[in-house]
Amino acid sequence: MSSTTYLVKGVSVVGAEPTDLLVRDGVVLEAGASAQNAQVIDADGLVALPGLVDLHTHLREPGREDAETVESGSRAAALGGYTAVCAMANTSPVADTAGVVEQVWRLGREAGLVDVQPIGAVTVGLAGQHLAELGAMATSAAKVRIFSDDGHCVSDPRLMRRALEYVKAFDGVIAQHAEEPRLTEGAQMHEGEISARLGLTGWPAVAEEAIIARDALLAGHVGARLHVCHVSTAGSVDVLRQAKAAGVRVTAEVTPHHLLLTDERASSYDPVFKVNPPLRTQKDVAALRAALAEGLIDIVATDHAPHAMEDKECEWAYARPGMLGLETALSIVLDVLGPDWPLIADRMSRTPARIAGLTDHGHLPAAGAPATFTLVDPAARWQVDPTASASRSRNTPYAGMTLPGRVVATFLRGEPTVLDGKAVK
Amino acid sequence: MIKHLLSAADLDAQHATLVLDTAAELANVSSREVKKLPTLRGRTVVNLFYEDSTRTRISFEAAAKRLSADVINFSAKGSSVSKGESLKDTALTLQAMGADAVVVRHPASGAPHRLASWVDGSVVNAGDGTHEHPTQALLDAYTMRSRLGRVAGLHVAIVGDVLHSRVARSNVLLLTTLGAKVTVIGPPTLIPVDVGPALSPDLRVSYDLDAVLPDVDVVMMLRVQRERMNDSFFPSTREYARRYGLDAARMRRLPEHAIVMHPGPMVRGMEITPEVADSARSTIVEQVANGVSVRMAVLYLLLGGK
Ligand SMILES: [Zn+2]
Repeated sequence: MSSTTYLVKGVSVVGAEPTDLLVRDGVVLEAGASAQNAQVIDADGLVALPGLVDLHTHLREPGREDAETVESGSRAAALGGYTAVCAMANTSPVADTAGVVEQVWRLGREAGLVDVQPIGAVTVGLAGQHLAELGAMATSAAKVRIFSDDGHCVSDPRLMRRALEYVKAFDGVIAQHAEEPRLTEGAQMHEGEISARLGLTGWPAVAEEAIIARDALLAGHVGARLHVCHVSTAGSVDVLRQAKAAGVRVTAEVTPHHLLLTDERASSYDPVFKVNPPLRTQKDVAALRAALAEGLIDIVATDHAPHAMEDKECEWAYARPGMLGLETALSIVLDVLGPDWPLIADRMSRTPARIAGLTDHGHLPAAGAPATFTLVDPAARWQVDPTASASRSRNTPYAGMTLPGRVVATFLRGEPTVLDGKAVK
Repeated sequence: MIKHLLSAADLDAQHATLVLDTAAELANVSSREVKKLPTLRGRTVVNLFYEDSTRTRISFEAAAKRLSADVINFSAKGSSVSKGESLKDTALTLQAMGADAVVVRHPASGAPHRLASWVDGSVVNAGDGTHEHPTQALLDAYTMRSRLGRVAGLHVAIVGDVLHSRVARSNVLLLTTLGAKVTVIGPPTLIPVDVGPALSPDLRVSYDLDAVLPDVDVVMMLRVQRERMNDSFFPSTREYARRYGLDAARMRRLPEHAIVMHPGPMVRGMEITPEVADSARSTIVEQVANGVSVRMAVLYLLLGGK
């Protein structure tokens, strides 16, 4: 534990009246504790949020260390205000065994910038055929609770039912990438007006909505927990509304890019805007924003998906889908939801921590709580420069955009990971 | 004039008409003894073909040569292109060679747009994936004008696999720009979702060929690949031909003056019967000849000849 004491002066905790936070030994101390020898952080005008938790991060290690590593992705996360990220299983080799998830978990500990919580694959090799050893991953050092074949949908209804049922034994949750594969063969972008004009094969909204509806019914039938990854359509929101009203234990996430960007972006044919599920229409964006505010969509998750230059500087159809997200997520959510700090704290920290079972995370920085928080300057505006990213990749769709809110400092259990807007290591 | 021709939508009515007028002038010159004009002497035109399309490549090659340009053919076969070199690296090579224009045919929609962001020269889209083929639309408009005297006010039916057709997209955009009335016709599975708002607010969609035929001045038949039936776009080639193919009986439903067009290559017996393709109404052979004139005009205008 840290021997340094930090005094964060004049900070507004999720928008409340300014106060001082004294941090030592990993926790926030009672007001009035001795601040002797404390390193003072002038937080005048800054807002403290519980450290952000990302339920959907691609760190690419092992396998594509040219695009991202656990360390570089952790640094990008810390700079974005995150203190925990859930690392998706579609690595090479796939995180479908206790060995691989423990390796990722260990790499996260070594990097020491955020808590890296591995997600395990649902099926062996993400192939959608046989269940991976979910129990072995759950009882490994990585204590996996979220399982996902992200990038691939567990489309076989019987296999999905079994997976949902099986993980009940250790309070696991299946995070589904909802995409009926037969409806999206060769799909390149949202099916609609723009795809018709651009001559790119369409990815119809119904391919997502049909799977969410099916999975919600399955989860209800077996009394299991379902988490829906990157919800992207207005119709999906309607399905979620019904499922929640029926008492199904379903949670859902939305990405910053689906809250901000539309399929119009594809008109440039620049694959930096290619993502799966694809960017949708303005009507979808509006429905997603409202659903996030209302809580029908529970959380924001980045789907941070770094890609090497050669996988993006090419023809649209040949490019890999995905975009960076960790360093821009908070600014975009601030832009979209406005400075409703308790809401942002809930959607980006408290609820994702609860879904992931990360009990050290998601707490407001108050006396007795873990000193795991981030300090944001809401007045700052900054221009996104892809070359300035801590990620190894450059595929941000926000290049050149000016965004509100900047992370000034991030603390993980009393240790700064970011100070003065720079990563400490 | 515009710098690149990536989409038929890049041309407003004035520019499109200028291309057609220029093509007519160039056709006059070509029909005289002197087949070659010195206009583009010393300029380099690269034909970059990622798909086999001998007819389009030869058409562009003839067009460039008649304007005295140096032509370099960069085809996917037997070049670094087939060895997995990226489009960007190829673009940088062409840039280093000092290409003034790159004519590109590519299986991926939007590849010419990407190319245009990497080279200084003009890029001409010679067909990209299921997106567009703007010079085909120009030569079709040229053919309509020479046969029927105008484009504005004509009713043009475009029939067949609109979903996968770059010819259809470019034609809808160009013809509506020039004031024609356009109806796309085909089985609903082969008409893109939202095609109307996507391409033109005035575009009409019909699933009934027989109902539309008596009212058209031009019927343009699109190629329909037999393999589409394996993807359940339609049940069988026989049923397709029966519902949407143009045979002699259907041709008789057309007004006296109406013409039949096809961008080629045709699938005889599928979307068109041989007796229709070879009839006096058919413009299929002229379309090929007109292609050279129109492509000469495009290169001439893009490269600022004269
Ligand atoms: Zn996914």
